[in-house]
Amino acid sequence: MMKSRRVLEFFIEGAIFLAGTVSILFVILIFIFLLKEGLALFRTVSVWEFLAGKNWYPISDPPRFGGLSLILGSIWVTAGAIVISVPIGVACAVFIAEVAPRWLREVLKGSVEFLAAIPSIVLGFIGLVTLVPLVQKIFGLSTGLTALSGSLMLGFMAMPTIVSIMEDALTAVPRSYREGALALGATHWQAIWRVVLPAASSGVIAALMLGIGRVIGETMAVMMITGNAARIPTTLLEPVRTMTATVAAEMGEAVQGSPHYFSLFAIGIVLFLITFIINLTADFFLHRKK
Amino acid sequence: MNPRITQRIAFTFLFLSTLLILVPVFLILLMIFRDGFQALSWQFLTAYPRLGMRAGGIFPAIVGTVYLVAATLAFSLPVGILAAIYLSEYAKDNWFKRVIEVAIVNLAGVPSVVYGLFGLGLFVIFLKFGASILAGSLTLSIMSLPVIITASREALGTVPLSFREVSLALGATKWQTIRRAVLPNALPGMITGTILALSRAAGETAPILFTVAAFYLPRLPRSIFDQCMALPYHLYVISTQVPNVKLSIQYGTALVLILLVLAMNIVAIVIRAQFRKRKLW
Amino acid sequence: MVKPKIEIQNLTVSYGPIESLRKVSLDVSEFEILGVIGPASSGKTSLLRTLNRLNDENPLFRKQGRILLDGLDIYTKMDVPLLRKRIGMIFALPAPLPLSIFDNVAYGPRLHGIRSKRELEEIVERSLRAGFLWDEVKDRLDTPAMKLSGGQQQRLCIARSLAVEPEVILYDEPCSGLDPISTARVEEAMQQLKQKYTQILVTNNTKQAARVSDRTAFFLMGELVEIDRTQKMFTVPQDQRTEDYVSGRFG
Repeated sequence: MMKSRRVLEFFIEGAIFLAGTVSILFVILIFIFLLKEGLALFRTVSVWEFLAGKNWYPISDPPRFGGLSLILGSIWVTAGAIVISVPIGVACAVFIAEVAPRWLREVLKGSVEFLAAIPSIVLGFIGLVTLVPLVQKIFGLSTGLTALSGSLMLGFMAMPTIVSIMEDALTAVPRSYREGALALGATHWQAIWRVVLPAASSGVIAALMLGIGRVIGETMAVMMITGNAARIPTTLLEPVRTMTATVAAEMGEAVQGSPHYFSLFAIGIVLFLITFIINLTADFFLHRKK
Repeated sequence: MNPRITQRIAFTFLFLSTLLILVPVFLILLMIFRDGFQALSWQFLTAYPRLGMRAGGIFPAIVGTVYLVAATLAFSLPVGILAAIYLSEYAKDNWFKRVIEVAIVNLAGVPSVVYGLFGLGLFVIFLKFGASILAGSLTLSIMSLPVIITASREALGTVPLSFREVSLALGATKWQTIRRAVLPNALPGMITGTILALSRAAGETAPILFTVAAFYLPRLPRSIFDQCMALPYHLYVISTQVPNVKLSIQYGTALVLILLVLAMNIVAIVIRAQFRKRKLW
Repeated sequence: MVKPKIEIQNLTVSYGPIESLRKVSLDVSEFEILGVIGPASSGKTSLLRTLNRLNDENPLFRKQGRILLDGLDIYTKMDVPLLRKRIGMIFALPAPLPLSIFDNVAYGPRLHGIRSKRELEEIVERSLRAGFLWDEVKDRLDTPAMKLSGGQQQRLCIARSLAVEPEVILYDEPCSGLDPISTARVEEAMQQLKQKYTQILVTNNTKQAARVSDRTAFFLMGELVEIDRTQKMFTVPQDQRTEDYVSGRFG
């Protein structure tokens, strides 16, 4: 074979190999850059203060970087969103996979996936002009920019993730399970509830984890409708600030190289680690099933 | 309780849950179309914003988004396809391959605002690209890679093994086989996946917040080192940062963005459908 | 004595823990048709895939022993793509590429650098004639190959293999999916090709081996039980197991 062709192929295959490893490279790079700027915060602020301090006053003098309110803000909104979205999402997936007639199935799946295609900024905007005033009116509050609004919207946005994972898990359950139950005289519902759902249980867990990951990472929608008050909430009907919203909102004001700047990267580290662990766990559950 | 009644109640609950998801989607679309349509006009699409975004059009934002998508395509498509080829055709089934796959899953799960921080730290500051289309599109490219790689791998996987074996048996090298027998048949699937990834990138705000987005630019960007305006950022600005913007303008912007995303999705779906129809195997 | 075209010396093949061929030794003479028969899992396909090194693609593949082509070890002294050009393979299920008939046959030559349209047209016609397919498709060379019938597709695959001018052709149960008429055509082609090519035919159909091959080798569970002139194998085989298989007592 021609030598020149050999050489060309060698380089092409080298490029292919490099491209293959690129994903590892980027994960590491992201982590390194977050650490580079984020760890600098801890020259002046202790880790404990950052994670457990209650006061987030980055522009006061002296600045305080107690991130507890932000972390709790994220947790509250996420918890609320998950409580809403998992039951409904799983129920919808069960409906699509087990109950809906075949012709309807693709239409329903497509519609749910369509929701996933809508940019989050658009959903945030819609939430701002419809959901927020609604919440304000229903609960008689001074403002509808609350954790509840955030949970509702984010729960809604997490649906496609939960529905699609759950639907995959359900269709992966062998037909013989269903048919076995039905042959023993069970109703369709009993077969679903007692046999199919338990068999797809790791799918529920994976959907849960990936749903959490999706919600905790959401930035724009939550920034627009939860009110951006960095206080520890006592009820869901108050404004909160999540970690993601904090970074997005304050980066514009933070001077490069200042502790404020570093603190936002430090939040980034926390977010990265959380989603890293969640993804690892969800992936583990998804693969264990196979 | 009678199992039949339980079933009826359960199925009703399932049905209602499904409606609970689908009805709002439908309503949201309706709202955007109805309220945004009034703002849509030729002028809206081709004019610059005036009066601090309160009047005029969104032309530079549209152009900016197009530029960003184009640049993201240029960076992410080749890398994504080559990476997929590696995973599908070259990588042995060992721990290393698994690590790559885990890395891809993780890249897919990184929050968009963290990508923004990363883009800021690496491209804007460390590599000194400054806030630019270059920095923004590189950030969006990395964000799009997991989707492109996954879709491309799937496309490669649907090509029958016999094509590869036949090619090898005729004396082709591995790369020749990939280039001539495998890739042409996987390309439509790869393109579909890429377009879908790009449609997502077009709608993203957080990654471009610190890496490229500009509040207002009096002219269109002239090089890849310039900043640009972008539709998602523009919508964010006029709905939260600038007071007293007419609601119709906000809806109009949202509508244009959705139409753009929708158009890209439709193109991708059409390509996929056409390919399936023409496919002889 | 003329040196054999292919010499297989003490070949043992395994895929991980599973042994597929055990200490197989045999020679293949130039221009002969060697039939390879035996029940399923006797190692016949392994033999072929080891000969054209297609087994290299399998990460679990291990081999011991030597295989010589014209006296050269194919595993240590030969460039793999070049080897596969010299030893062609026809698979069990006809495997046309999703291209036109012309492009299918021209695929091989194009790989090896032939670009001129005229040259390609000559090669395509020559190969399709040798594969007994030219008359049936000469008016529709640009139509998709996948629209041909099974028998035509298989002859197309033969033509495709011939287009790269191999020296040896391996057939892995080529007629298993074909009707009797198509089978007869393929067998006819094989007989004609004897003049220029060495052929090894693996088949599940003992009668086909009896019809077509000069010598036949009988494999059982990875071992070469017996190899002899076809006439002799089927009338007075030496080994009892051969006798049993050939007369249909098992298989």
